[in-house]
Amino acid sequence: MATYALQRLIQSLFVLLAASIVVFLAVYGIGDPIELLVPPQASAMEREEMVRRLGLDLPLWRQYLAFAWNAMHGDLGRSFVHGVPAIELILSRLPATLELVTLAMAIALAIGIPLGLVAGLDRDTPLSRIIMGGTVLGYSLPNFWKGMMLILVFAVLLGWLPSSGRGETAVILGVKSSLFTADGLRHLILPALNLAIPNMALMIRLVAAGATEAKAQDYVKYARAKGVRPGRIVRRHILRNILIPVVTVAGIEFGSLVAFSTITETVFAWPGMGKLLIDSIYQLDRPLVVAYIMLATFLFVSVNLLVDLLYAGLDPRVRLMGEAA
Amino acid sequence: MSAPLLKVRGLRTVFHMADGSWPAVDGVDLEVRRGEVLGLVGESGSGKTVTGFSIVGLVDPPGEVIGGEVLFQGEDLRNAREARLRALRGDRIAMIFQDPLMTLNPVLTVGEQMAEAVLEHHAVGAAAALARAEETLERVGISSARARLAQYPHEFSGGMRQRVAIATALLNKPDLIIADEPTTALDVTIQSQILFEMQKLARESGTALIWITHDLTVVAELADRVAVMYAGRIVESGALATVLDHPRHPYTRGLLDSVPDVAARGSRLPQIFGMAPRLDTRPAGCAFSPRCTRANDRCKHDDPPETMVEGRLLRCHHPLYHGKFG
Amino acid sequence: MSATPAVPRADTALRRKVLERLRNQPTARGALVILALIVAAALLAPFIAPQNPYDLTALNVMDNRLPPGEKGMAGLTFWLGSDAQGRDMLSAILFGLRTSLLVGVAATAAALSVGVAVGLAAAQFGGRIDALLMRVVDFILGFPSILVALVLLAAIGRGVDKVILAIVVVQWANYARLMRASALVERRKEYIEAAVNQGLPTLYIMRAHLLPNSIGSVLVVATVSIAGAITLEATLSFLGVGVPVTEPSLGLLIANGFEFLLSGEYWISLFPGLALLGLILSINVVGERLRRSFDAHRH
Repeated sequence: MATYALQRLIQSLFVLLAASIVVFLAVYGIGDPIELLVPPQASAMEREEMVRRLGLDLPLWRQYLAFAWNAMHGDLGRSFVHGVPAIELILSRLPATLELVTLAMAIALAIGIPLGLVAGLDRDTPLSRIIMGGTVLGYSLPNFWKGMMLILVFAVLLGWLPSSGRGETAVILGVKSSLFTADGLRHLILPALNLAIPNMALMIRLVAAGATEAKAQDYVKYARAKGVRPGRIVRRHILRNILIPVVTVAGIEFGSLVAFSTITETVFAWPGMGKLLIDSIYQLDRPLVVAYIMLATFLFVSVNLLVDLLYAGLDPRVRLMGEAA
Repeated sequence: MSAPLLKVRGLRTVFHMADGSWPAVDGVDLEVRRGEVLGLVGESGSGKTVTGFSIVGLVDPPGEVIGGEVLFQGEDLRNAREARLRALRGDRIAMIFQDPLMTLNPVLTVGEQMAEAVLEHHAVGAAAALARAEETLERVGISSARARLAQYPHEFSGGMRQRVAIATALLNKPDLIIADEPTTALDVTIQSQILFEMQKLARESGTALIWITHDLTVVAELADRVAVMYAGRIVESGALATVLDHPRHPYTRGLLDSVPDVAARGSRLPQIFGMAPRLDTRPAGCAFSPRCTRANDRCKHDDPPETMVEGRLLRCHHPLYHGKFG
Repeated sequence: MSATPAVPRADTALRRKVLERLRNQPTARGALVILALIVAAALLAPFIAPQNPYDLTALNVMDNRLPPGEKGMAGLTFWLGSDAQGRDMLSAILFGLRTSLLVGVAATAAALSVGVAVGLAAAQFGGRIDALLMRVVDFILGFPSILVALVLLAAIGRGVDKVILAIVVVQWANYARLMRASALVERRKEYIEAAVNQGLPTLYIMRAHLLPNSIGSVLVVATVSIAGAITLEATLSFLGVGVPVTEPSLGLLIANGFEFLLSGEYWISLFPGLALLGLILSINVVGERLRRSFDAHRH
């Protein structure tokens, strides 16, 4: 287990390194960085001053090294528009995005796994076909439009829920979140639902495929030959085998959900990291964009690493194979 | 004469395919007495595995049991409710499958998989179930049984896994064990060991055994009675010595002849020419006729009925007389 | 002389069977019909649209935000209502579908070309080249597509061609991986070995033998990916980094209608969305059936 963990850790570091190079090149290498980083109102003198200060007159590779050095010390540049360090700004928005993504993932799993089981265990029923048909709709709906329609139905037409923004927060165990207040939850439901739906569709399909395959396995027939009740067969035999791919996918999805929240946050005016990114792109706040990408990559890579280790923990065969290798 | 433990009459199981329903088990008659070992012999495709599943009602779509009678201790299994069958399976009638690697769930411990067989049928605690599992593992020759219970299937060798399967079958002291080619996937030395142990265990506990195999030598070592199956039907059955020493059906004769004999080393191994028919290509008349050296027109058109000859069941128009061709 | 194994032509029998299967399924058939109608409407847009939404002189701002069914100042009936500039929604949608289809198909075709070439090369040349190419592929596939596209467009600016470029950058990696897998399997087959033994040039073998016989599964994925490309473009346009305002695609139309949603003027966002959904859904349904028939047939 230890060697496997070490291998994966080194791999992850490599990916981070590669990402940093690519991002740096994309943002600082393409186009005229001076134009992009220097505020347009600056005079020629101020411009030169800035160029020298930001090190833009140095060769590209030296700029990259400076960038990497700063990055490792937690300095990913300073936001143009807001004037504060980029990292600070992004991290201040993280809780909002995190609670949204967490709730969305919880909804997707809570509804997706049972529906997937129902659909997968008996494919011939009309219910199964309806559920599977629903999943096609689920991943075909354009995210942003789906969000708007949710607002139309629940906020405008029915008036049950607020149409945008984040609700009140409360602090529990040192964590400040709007999950803990009723008003907060009312604001959370629609965006979380919006984020959850495509994921739910994916989960359902995954679980259904796994269930159908597991059901046909010999060990299920053998359990039946032992007289084991169907409920227990599903719970212990089938579910355990399905959970492994589900956990893996869920973990990876969690990482990309943080990225995808961009759209949902824009539609619902949710003050999270995603909205910050979009705003920064509009405002040409380049340092912030770079910082965001690097942070997102870091999050991504860590989540993938954790998932791989969790996978190894759940599936005893992987553990032993890793140790033997 | 005591009533048989298991009585099967005219069992018929078909498989529904896109082009029709084909019989895998086509009118099978079997009987097993208490404590008796019945060897069910046939090549692959003969329907012997499906027979085993049909008895306990584990035939899944596209298969379906469509006819016949299965009486277990006088109880009608074919018309029993699923809940009743579940109660019997694993408790009064146990099964051993062919490949224990596939039949044990890789993500659950062996202990859990054994204990669930006990817990499903008896209101004992988990600890008691595990204790029973440990004890039974030791009976089948697995040492450090307690530690083994916490291990996963892939940590066992092939022979050990099969012993686990055998132990699991014995846990609730069933009246009947249906073993489907349990030693086929093992190497010969282990095979002999297990056969010996099975015989001993069956004798000790009075458990009846249906041993399904394609290998006559296994049957010769183990069984009291033997039934030979071909193309979904029993073509010959009777007491072991009678059938093996004086086979009446040409197929049985062919099977016996094709067993390698040390004395005849170096000479060509006799084989039955041709292959067993597939499900959908069974010939009219006697199913064995295309491969039989004794077949005539009658064999090709008339399906031979079951007859009782000298205390054995036989389906043949031209049975062998005293084990010789003639 | 021993017979040389015949080179299987790109499986025409398989293709026919698959299409036949497709036609026999009612949902797939329905989806195919809808798809055909949408594509036809989009292609014929300049001829059947009541109004040219790009022609700024034809628009009358007094006609703005009329609900569906109302008549405008010039007597034109706005069947699906009008937007904030007085554009006829129906016409805008028809032209928007055109843009969506254009971008989707062009981007997919380009991504397919790049991906197939890379995958083929990786499979054929193996070793270091393969390792390097696949590292790049894995890296790109590691990031969510929307993020990559956003950053790229932030750097290079707006425009239809730039959107297509962004989508290609995002999508080619998937095709590369699939093609490589398929080609690796195909390479092992006898007829390739025979061709090599005959001394045929490598590039020729790749183009004439390996390519047509490995590309089947990739093409099936590409069909569904067109829907993905269309969605991506719509999303980017919605976020304001996609096509320019003068040639609105469905995404932009929906974006324009957002602010009016809260006052109940739903039609500016609803109808373009429905059209987009219809297009994407029908492509997905057809593509899914295609994939399933293909898979079932291969086994």
